[in-house]
Amino acid sequence: MASVTDLTHHDVEAHHEHAHPTGWRRFLYSTNHKDIGTLYLVLAVCAGLIGTTISVVIRAELMEPGLHVFPLISAIMTGDGSIDAAKNMYNVFFTSHAIIMIFFMVMPAMMGGFGNWMVPLMIGAPDMAFPRLNNLSFWLLAASFCLLMCSLFVEGSPGMKGFGGGWVLYPPMSSNAGAPGPAVDFVILAMHLAGASSIIGSINFIATILNMRAPGMTMFRMPLFPWSVLVTAFLLLLALPVLAGALTMLLTDRNFHTTFFDPAGGGDPILFQHLFWFFGHPEVYILIIPGFGIVSQVVATFSKKPIFGYVGMVYAMLAIALLGFAVWAHHMFTTGLSLNAQRYFVFATMVIAVPTGVKVFSWLATMWGGSISLKPPMLWAIGFIFVFTVGGVTGVVLANAAVTRYLHDTYYVVAHFHYTMSLGAVFSIFAGFYYWFPKMTGYLYDDRLAKWHFWLMFAGINITFFPQHFLGFQGMPRRVVDYTEAYALWNMVSSLGAYISGVGTIVFVYLIYEAFAAKRLAGNNPWGPGATTLEWTLTSPPPFHQFETPPHIFGDEETHAPAIAGHGSMA
Amino acid sequence: MRVRSNAVSAVIALACALSPPRAGAAVFGGPAPGGVGFLPTVSDNGDDIVWLHNWILLPVTVGISALVLGLIVYIVYRFNEDANPVPSRRTHNGLLEVIWTVTPALLLVFIAVPSFRLLAKQLIIPAPDLTLKVTASQWHWNYGYPKSEGGFSFDSLIVDDKDLKPGEPRVITADHPMVVPIGKVIEVDVTSQDVIHSFSVPSFGVKIDAIPGRLNKYWFKADREGFYYGQCSNICGIDHAFMPINVRVVSQQDYEAWLIEAKKEFATADAVDLAAAPLVHP
Repeated sequence: MASVTDLTHHDVEAHHEHAHPTGWRRFLYSTNHKDIGTLYLVLAVCAGLIGTTISVVIRAELMEPGLHVFPLISAIMTGDGSIDAAKNMYNVFFTSHAIIMIFFMVMPAMMGGFGNWMVPLMIGAPDMAFPRLNNLSFWLLAASFCLLMCSLFVEGSPGMKGFGGGWVLYPPMSSNAGAPGPAVDFVILAMHLAGASSIIGSINFIATILNMRAPGMTMFRMPLFPWSVLVTAFLLLLALPVLAGALTMLLTDRNFHTTFFDPAGGGDPILFQHLFWFFGHPEVYILIIPGFGIVSQVVATFSKKPIFGYVGMVYAMLAIALLGFAVWAHHMFTTGLSLNAQRYFVFATMVIAVPTGVKVFSWLATMWGGSISLKPPMLWAIGFIFVFTVGGVTGVVLANAAVTRYLHDTYYVVAHFHYTMSLGAVFSIFAGFYYWFPKMTGYLYDDRLAKWHFWLMFAGINITFFPQHFLGFQGMPRRVVDYTEAYALWNMVSSLGAYISGVGTIVFVYLIYEAFAAKRLAGNNPWGPGATTLEWTLTSPPPFHQFETPPHIFGDEETHAPAIAGHGSMA
Repeated sequence: MRVRSNAVSAVIALACALSPPRAGAAVFGGPAPGGVGFLPTVSDNGDDIVWLHNWILLPVTVGISALVLGLIVYIVYRFNEDANPVPSRRTHNGLLEVIWTVTPALLLVFIAVPSFRLLAKQLIIPAPDLTLKVTASQWHWNYGYPKSEGGFSFDSLIVDDKDLKPGEPRVITADHPMVVPIGKVIEVDVTSQDVIHSFSVPSFGVKIDAIPGRLNKYWFKADREGFYYGQCSNICGIDHAFMPINVRVVSQQDYEAWLIEAKKEFATADAVDLAAAPLVHP
């Protein structure tokens, strides 16, 4: 270990030799992976707070039958408090909630934030392969967020502000028939920029991981988080151009009188759905696979045990990614697909349950026989395993087209994907946040506050989304602003749950403030012997540039165990 | 054994709780206050959906969730750092890994067999006794009856809150329900005049998108008289929540009596044309 300390010391010495920018220049012009990662995380936290606020407002509206909240919201935002404007603003809110949470909260937090911060540290690289591209991909995303916000304040449907047709942007709702105003164009351009940003970012990750691993860090000695980022980067690279194509066709339909999706000119609205979900289904794995990586790191660290079935975990991720491209039309079972098409998509979708099951059981087997310490990151990771299982099994239910005939577009679907996303992906982000916060900032957070945050969110989100399964069985459609009185009870419960998780979010914001105010120093490795990956050998926060002389990684070839498994050593 | 029979009875109780109540003569096919299970189903396909979910999928999903939760609780109790200070270094067990790959695959086959059978039953449409044309537009439904029934069509709009009669539920009550005879194979040919909507009647197990430029077909055979509710199931604009679908299932005699009334009420020249016109997008 002495050599590690020397190395770090050398780095600290080395970076004093470079002039690096300070103040606003440090972030605006930044080419440093850690600063860019911080920018991404700040963007994700801001977008997450906006998205959460929107969702709490939506739940407030749905707490009781009738329209109560949105006439006021609409009056404040557009000056029009009429009932029609209120209904429109509700649609705009759930549309924005989805786009914000997917493109500006989960993706930036996982790939841009933790990916940028941790991938170079974990593979023993000094920075990302293309630092300037890294800067570009962040600022494109910031610009994209501005465009999305602009869309809220310009006309969409005639006489109405914003676009309220759902994040899936199905034409004709999103074409001139449904929303002739420029709001949709703003949304399309926002998604284009976000897509370009992600494509650039994923090229950067692929180049970094394939070329800049430290000597001896073979692919199968690489920790599972960089693996998950690599798999996700390939998904992004292959899926986003298809979205870009679909969006461009929609843009020309809207502005240049093409008719790709307009039956009046020989086009087909269903073509858009195929293209969109060819992107959209890989997208949901893009949102969760980095979470798999984070949870794997956290579970291994706090069980003080190498990950169980490492190779199986890698192949499971690859299998999920590959299958993710072959199941898109299970979002379209009610569009009138032929019997054979539905048979195929049912089959392919159910197959995904197998590698997903492998991952869940491998996490449990990692914990089995371990010496588990229930620190906050571990609580989130364990919470993730449970809620992701619940979201996963309802996914198996929905894979059956015959049953989806009943449940499609009901609240059952809302419950399902929030169990995988709002609980699954978000829990893994918080696991990563609490795991790496001491490394990124150098400070310890208050464990007690962190546990309050976990339990409030765990209780709140489950109370929010579990009753929505019942509403789905009872036939309540999703994306409705009002509902019949019979649905009142479970909507009330669901809204109360949302308020509890809202309180949890406030605790989270206070926790960040408290950690920076109290300045409890974390030291290099606050997690003890379980934390075996390279980032824990560095100072907290790490030096401006690390590993300028690459570390050398040895695996334990006898057992084929990778460095991450704790058998590796560094010289 | 005691534990096992408890588990079995718990599954049965759960399945029964989520199964629709079996009511008397006329069925109320809408949501019940605080309801947690499926709406009453009155068609073969609808019954089969409920059966597939409650007796095949529900035990599997609840079982797997309970297994994972139980394992988590046991592991955290048994292997926390106080109970087990020295972690094992075991990272492989080939047999175990094969078991947890193959067992879920077998479970999926177990699910797939009835699922595929029902899928074929749903999508191979039998020869219809009556074909109705359902046309969606922002934000109401239009039901067209063929020439054989008199050739008329009518709009079905939401009833405003202030016009509701006692007992009519808010938001899901329409002014003119679709009326169909009991025990007949009804084919619905569904299309849209503007954006995408979705025609949904949960009690019949029916959900099929209404798409401009397309004619989507689906079918049902309602085997009990009653009043059935559904709602538009694809976001279609500001009044998406206010596009109810009401279907009244009546005896053949009542249906014929209704036809005579309906022909008088709805048989305008426009309506006849609309019902008989070929489906061309405007």
